[in-house]
Amino acid sequence: MTIRHHLSDSLLMAYAAGSLPEAFALVVATHVSMCDDCRARLAAHEAVGGAMIAATDCADMADDALEVCLARLTAPPAPRPRPVARHGIIPSPLQSYLGGSLESVKWRPIGMGVRQAILKTQGGARARLLYIPAGQAVPDHGHRGTELTLVLQGAFRDETDRFGPGDVEIATQDLHHTPVAEAGADCICLAATDAPLRFGGLLPRLAQPFLRI
Amino acid sequence: MNDMMLDARSDMLECAPRWHYPAAPTAARVKPYERHGVTVDPSHQDWTVQLLRVRDHHDKQAFAALFRHFAPRIKAFLMKSGTPAALAEDCAQDVMATVWQKAALFDPARASVATWVFTIARNRRIDLARRVRPEPEDLPWGPAPEPDQTDALILQQETTRLGAAIADLPEKQRNLIERAYFADLSHSEIAEETGLPLGTIKSRIRLALDRLRQNMTESPQK
Repeated sequence: MTIRHHLSDSLLMAYAAGSLPEAFALVVATHVSMCDDCRARLAAHEAVGGAMIAATDCADMADDALEVCLARLTAPPAPRPRPVARHGIIPSPLQSYLGGSLESVKWRPIGMGVRQAILKTQGGARARLLYIPAGQAVPDHGHRGTELTLVLQGAFRDETDRFGPGDVEIATQDLHHTPVAEAGADCICLAATDAPLRFGGLLPRLAQPFLRI
Repeated sequence: MNDMMLDARSDMLECAPRWHYPAAPTAARVKPYERHGVTVDPSHQDWTVQLLRVRDHHDKQAFAALFRHFAPRIKAFLMKSGTPAALAEDCAQDVMATVWQKAALFDPARASVATWVFTIARNRRIDLARRVRPEPEDLPWGPAPEPDQTDALILQQETTRLGAAIADLPEKQRNLIERAYFADLSHSEIAEETGLPLGTIKSRIRLALDRLRQNMTESPQK
């Protein structure tokens, strides 16, 4: 898998600092699970946090702080847990949001064969899984905030480029696009938005409140 | 055990200035390394040795040295992020207990001790705020039991350099980066170009990942 579209530095830094809303953090964690390059970039951003800890002034701890802590260490360090195995195309951070696997996803049609499943997240952004049949277009839309779209299977094209498995598109307010799924495999994406989308067509606009997108 | 505790307490209140470090137990003390033309800040090297002693030998003295150095800094980090002092103290305790419990996950080829401690403190801060942060999938392999010393050494050296580079940034820029890490700046408030020299560290970690992946394909783990 050759990934050509990666996460931005500002997203990686915010994720390293722990300040991204859950829906965006889910996209970052899922992409990093698929992309060694962004895994290394994330580790570099975490090293900045390490440098902050190393250079920070000290706050006095209580006199008995060490004794209290040592008393808590009743067991030896835990052995390394077995990593969660990946189910098919779904990296492990996403699995629990889907109830285990793609088969357990409860899809809802949103028109023209496109289906979605809203994932339960907290904070000021929303995550959903999108299913776009091969060759099908998603209604043209713009963005009020940021939309992250990570391809899990298949591929789509829009006015900017082609996005295949592992690629993430970062759409901001400047981008108005009509993503079209490529012929071949149906396209499955994880998408996160921090503000409602802005649809060009009347019908999707009318349906929007019911679809929560 | 009691001797160790007394020893541990004696210099606990005296908190060292930046980059200075309390004496480590003699058995584990190391000299500044020079190998493959690489000089490493002895403080970074020391903490790596201590944490590996915790990881591989469950060494409580090494843990005590780590505690004396890092707990006051974790507490300060949490207070700078807006946590009240008493709660920050409790959380610094939790973070250090987690350092012990999760020591098996520490890989010196991929993170310095300070970086690894930072990620645990950050996660504690997220828990405190009752927020959720999905974690990336674990790599399907653990830290190499005998990691390439050079990898770890160069990473330590680069981490030291990064610290110096941050200290040298113009104040306005440094403040912005500190705010990003201490006080919830949103990702759109964080500049895309931070001026931080992260390229070298990233390449080192990428190399370590490639090497691990290669080892895994050659000798799959049971």
